Amino acid sequence: MSTAAAPPPKKTNRIGLEVLSYKGSKTTLCAGCGHNAISERVVECFYELGVEPWRVAKLSGIGCSSKSPAYFLGLSHSFNGVHGRMPALATGAILANSSLLGLGVSGDGDTASIGLGQFMHMVRRNLPMIYIIEDNGVYGLTKGQFSATANVGSTLKTGAANDLPPFDCCALALKWGATFVARSFSGDKKQLQAILKTAISHRGLSVIDVVSPCVTFNDHQGSTKSYAYMKEHDLVLNELDYVPAQDDIAVEIPEGEAMDVRLHDGSHLRIRKLGRDFDPTNRLAALAAIEDAESKGEVLTGVLYVNTGKPTFLDLLNLPAEPIATLPESRVRPSRAVLEEVMEELR
Amino acid sequence: MSTLEVSPAEPLSAHAGRSVVNDFSLQVATVNGSGSQTANSVLMRAIFQMGIPVSGKNMFPSNIAGLPTWFTIRASKYGYVGRRKEIDFLVAMNPETAREDVMKLEAGAAVVYDEPLKLSQLRGDLHFYPVPFDKLVGPVCPDAKLRKLVRNMIYDGVVAWLLSIEMEEVHRALVKQFGKRKAKAAELNWGAAQAGFDYASKTLTKADPCRVERMNATAGKIIVDGNAACALGAMFAGVTVVTWYPITPSSSLVETLIGYMRRFRVEPETGKATYAIVQAEDELASIGMALGAGWAGARSMTATAGPGLSLMSEFIGLGYYAEVPAVIYDVERVGPSTGLPTRTQQGDLLMTAFLSHGDTKHPMFFPCSMEECFTMSIEAFEFAERFQTPVFILTDLDLGMNNWMSDPFPYPEKPMNRGKVLTAEDLDRLGGFARYLDVDGDGVGYRTLPGTNHTKAGYFTRGSGHNENAQYTEREDDYINNMDRLAHKFEVMRSHVPEPAEETRAGARIGIIAIGSSDYAARESCDQLQAEYGVAVSYLRLRAYPFTKHLEEFIRRHDRVYVIDQNRDAQLLMLMRMELEPDLIARLRSVRYYGGMPIDARTITDTIVKQEGK
Repeated sequence: MSTAAAPPPKKTNRIGLEVLSYKGSKTTLCAGCGHNAISERVVECFYELGVEPWRVAKLSGIGCSSKSPAYFLGLSHSFNGVHGRMPALATGAILANSSLLGLGVSGDGDTASIGLGQFMHMVRRNLPMIYIIEDNGVYGLTKGQFSATANVGSTLKTGAANDLPPFDCCALALKWGATFVARSFSGDKKQLQAILKTAISHRGLSVIDVVSPCVTFNDHQGSTKSYAYMKEHDLVLNELDYVPAQDDIAVEIPEGEAMDVRLHDGSHLRIRKLGRDFDPTNRLAALAAIEDAESKGEVLTGVLYVNTGKPTFLDLLNLPAEPIATLPESRVRPSRAVLEEVMEELR
Repeated sequence: MSTLEVSPAEPLSAHAGRSVVNDFSLQVATVNGSGSQTANSVLMRAIFQMGIPVSGKNMFPSNIAGLPTWFTIRASKYGYVGRRKEIDFLVAMNPETAREDVMKLEAGAAVVYDEPLKLSQLRGDLHFYPVPFDKLVGPVCPDAKLRKLVRNMIYDGVVAWLLSIEMEEVHRALVKQFGKRKAKAAELNWGAAQAGFDYASKTLTKADPCRVERMNATAGKIIVDGNAACALGAMFAGVTVVTWYPITPSSSLVETLIGYMRRFRVEPETGKATYAIVQAEDELASIGMALGAGWAGARSMTATAGPGLSLMSEFIGLGYYAEVPAVIYDVERVGPSTGLPTRTQQGDLLMTAFLSHGDTKHPMFFPCSMEECFTMSIEAFEFAERFQTPVFILTDLDLGMNNWMSDPFPYPEKPMNRGKVLTAEDLDRLGGFARYLDVDGDGVGYRTLPGTNHTKAGYFTRGSGHNENAQYTEREDDYINNMDRLAHKFEVMRSHVPEPAEETRAGARIGIIAIGSSDYAARESCDQLQAEYGVAVSYLRLRAYPFTKHLEEFIRRHDRVYVIDQNRDAQLLMLMRMELEPDLIARLRSVRYYGGMPIDARTITDTIVKQEGK
């Protein structure tokens, strides 16, 4: 008779995978880097929602942020591209296979400096994917230069102050066509989880700007992307509750208390106002709120905008449901008769 | 009162009675944006329909309207359709260039001109045919706004009468040009052509020797430009993702492809497109999209020209190291920025061969004809997936944008081969895979596509820092191992690229080597050297890089080998020097032309004769 106790049953998600299946290799980023917290949220959210990891295509550019896809979803395909040009790779991959769940990870230098053009055109196309900006206002891998999201007056460790205005990636995304726009803080676990899960359920471009402090080059006094600065200036816009499609959602919401957004996969996002009157389906109001917060030195976090009705780039291209990359020869090579017809026209 | 002197020259009577049949170059000098393209195409097509080998070259400015443009039709009973420098028959419609155009002609040439230009005063050794275009266009085109466009069709009628081009063929060509939907426009233009023909037959006296006679050398053939031929090749190769950014002279490749794909690649049952074509924000994006799509398993392509290729350089390097298939068309042209973007050149050879930083080298295909533009496109898509790497198809403005006759394209008989791609079932059987492991000894690893439904399918794609398992590494041995495998893969390509075409002449001690559009002038030059100097010349046309063993064998069999380059720096010759033994390099001579026009046979012949000391 065996005396050993049976091992406790392993905890699995709805598709029978353990959380381990959603992890990646060990991070090589600095201890305390905000990006590591974001990687952890990605692991949790994809595990909890039971997303098939092989359905995910991770894409990134160059920088500390862009290294991070190695640290989560190790079973997924991943493409670490060139600096600032991940949107192009992502566009090609998603056009080739529209069933992929694109997960792009970029940084503030990769998005707002070298990659601004590609970022804006991806926004304009409403390419269906998740685009996370791990925003620390500084170049880490090249050891501490300003990026284009650094605030006016913020200083480097050397004391040098930034005197150019920052690009606000959320404002850019809002103005030019992204359909889910949110800002969060790497230290706000619950908010970031709700935002990430919503992005997974959203069909369209989700731009998530996550203030993610760089403990080595931009966490000092004088930085506006430090843990201390965010603790003091983070103005949480709304309280978020993501309800997966499979859960019972028959709970009545008293009118006026929260907004309920039905997402493409049947999940729901409940947005509860906090203090001020703000409607996240109103693009202009969102832009105004960002401007208002900026003028007061606050960092507005939460869901800024959600629009579930706008066609995506795939819709505009009139693509079939299945991936075009692997359509059989009979569907991509026209017949002999077609060639003869064209030749006749040219005679 | 004009005081122009009549230049002393051979009296015209010396040419009397001479007849030049189906062997001349006709040039139409106009202003761009004046609608002369239709008139020129119709003229060319009418000669083609009479069974005479013909080619049409448009020399146009980088401009929308108002600058000089020249269209040259060469008819040749011998089948020579490359550029010929000498013009036998000029249609001078552009007041700005008329004087210079006339002064450049050789004695005995013919000039049809707009009567008020009074060109006949310029020279006494040419045959002048004045035509009052403005007087003739009025009655046939009551709408004054259309007269500018219809006016050009008058010279079609004049030329038809002077050269004995059958008016029925002009009419047929016109109808074909305008199609059924523009029957009214065709009718209007036909009226103008007839007016020209009537005027010429009643007023002019044929004096020059040029004329056409019906032949049977074009039966069954088509007329097409290289960009359209490449577009058709891509469609029949099963391309699914096409990305581009407009740039002369490659834009019409994708624009033509868009037209064909809309017609033939939208499924009638569902109305869905089996392709995506994206006009990107720039070339950096278009190559990125093509590589993203190739990575995800699509047959993807982009089309560009030299400046675009320069921009793509970084991404191409990533494509090389990450080993991602894609087909890149480079329709070569001259110059960066404001520099002769509408002139032809083969100037991107060296840049393309090693595009990007670090150690990189890329396969290039060199089609020389319309048929090869089609067949090599299909081969390139197969090759890219077979070797998991960016493949370049180099054409040029001369091939890409000019009209060429061709045999009809052959339907691809071989089924598509998507290369070494592992499916979920394969992974079940194998238990896993190492992305960059050389399992088969050809340097090409097995890959999986994103979305493959298997826990072992995923791998991490990045630049040069990876081991056989696609894991990140900065280890010396891993890096060298990977570099050596890539070099081996490139060597294996040598026996898989399209082989050269060779024409050997008995007893030939000298040889010519050319690529792409230089073929026409090269072959004509071989004939000139034989006929005019009694020199037998063998000819090797390379069809791809890396070079095959045939190159070395060819040079070894000849004392001297002339390498033809349409660029200043002898780029094709330089590419050869990098891999040949010194004794073979010593046999190489250079023939270069880089003036922006397509190279012509006489330039090659003269250069060789000079170097041979004849």
